[in-house]
Amino acid sequence: MDIELMINSFPKLLNATLITLKLLSVSLILGLFIGLGFAILRMNNNKLINKFAYGYSYIFRGTPLLVQIFIIYFGLGQIEYLRTTFLWVVLKEPYWCAIIAFSLNTGAYTSEILRSAFQTIKPGYLEAGRSLGIPSKIIFTKIQIPIAIKQSLPAYGNEIILMLKGTSLASTVTLMDLTGVAKYIISTTFKPVEVFIVAGGIYLFMTFIIHNVIRYLEKKYGFQT
Amino acid sequence: MELLYFGDKGWGDELFFATLMTIAVSITAMIIGFIFAALFTPLKLSNNKFLNSIGNAYTTVIRGVPELLVIYLFFFGGSGAIMFVASIFGYNDYIEINAFLTGSFSIGIISGAYSTEVFRGALQSIDKGQFEAAKVLGFNKYIYFFKIILPQMLRLAIPNLSNVWQITLKDTSLISVTGLVEIMRQSYIAAGSTRDPLFFYSFAAVLYLMLTFLSMQLLNRLETKYSKGY
Repeated sequence: MDIELMINSFPKLLNATLITLKLLSVSLILGLFIGLGFAILRMNNNKLINKFAYGYSYIFRGTPLLVQIFIIYFGLGQIEYLRTTFLWVVLKEPYWCAIIAFSLNTGAYTSEILRSAFQTIKPGYLEAGRSLGIPSKIIFTKIQIPIAIKQSLPAYGNEIILMLKGTSLASTVTLMDLTGVAKYIISTTFKPVEVFIVAGGIYLFMTFIIHNVIRYLEKKYGFQT
Repeated sequence: MELLYFGDKGWGDELFFATLMTIAVSITAMIIGFIFAALFTPLKLSNNKFLNSIGNAYTTVIRGVPELLVIYLFFFGGSGAIMFVASIFGYNDYIEINAFLTGSFSIGIISGAYSTEVFRGALQSIDKGQFEAAKVLGFNKYIYFFKIILPQMLRLAIPNLSNVWQITLKDTSLISVTGLVEIMRQSYIAAGSTRDPLFFYSFAAVLYLMLTFLSMQLLNRLETKYSKGY
């Protein structure tokens, strides 16, 4: 066991953790909006819109995240037309490609979580709102959304942890996130166990924090309908 | 479409065998996962605090650390560990382990952690009376486990195991980083030599979708078969 290497690599890995956290937070925020949008589309009565939203979540949940990143990072650059538009400014950066892939991916999972949360809201709540003469927009933002958020907290907590692990794939498109730096140190020193312990420890610490924050929120806002 | 021709001209046959490789790795990993689950589920349910903490450590660490990091650990550390063991027995040459075995083993350990949780949940939701009745009736250990507990456990576990299968199948794409030629690696090679990454990665996505779709159909059938009441 090479303790010195572990101590020396710790600051480097901690530095890379910042990129991991940045990727995670930006894609979670974008993914939440995407997920909410598609969850609303899923509850639409129009069959075509409904099928579209279902297809989106099916495709992104049925394929590996790695394929999605590769299509966006390597694939989209091949379309000549895209290179001439302003989108190319975004798509030539691996950082933004990773964020797009992560957001779309977590958006698909989030839409499923939110959809099932919306569907478990008791109809009595909506009827009560309607009979009090509250406009349907306000029923949605003030009654449905808060209840759905409470309902989906446990599942969403799992999704955050899955996404934290998913950000490790950013290292495959040349980004130096926590896993990327860990791999670099492993391949230069050939000491996989030591680096795994330090990098894995940082990841476990983050999952531990996320887990407890979610549990605290669950307790605070109560898990009841 | 020419890109998908079989034979020397296209990549059809290569991608076909790569798909078989993905299936083979997924199934092997799933079986290795079951072996790990069979070892760790009793530990997680054990009353002994020490054994219990070993079981918990396994599932917490594996489910909290990115799959890619676990794969790097085994990819870079695997041959080193085996060479260390071999050197104890006086064998000092370089040993390279097969990419298929490293891949299946690392994905298997990951899938095992999820399976362990599934089996633990299933065992805990079997009615306590079933265990007690089996004991009171004096069945031997074989009948107790294989004829009474296991069928009830499987019935509860199958829906969740099909989720584990989905996760395992998708995780196999990650072992392309070790050079094993499965769907992802083959698409990477094809994309590199034809300069058509969009087509090949999209096709890889279609292959994965087909695999998940077909396996879901099969597993749903299994699920309805086993969810019949006794």
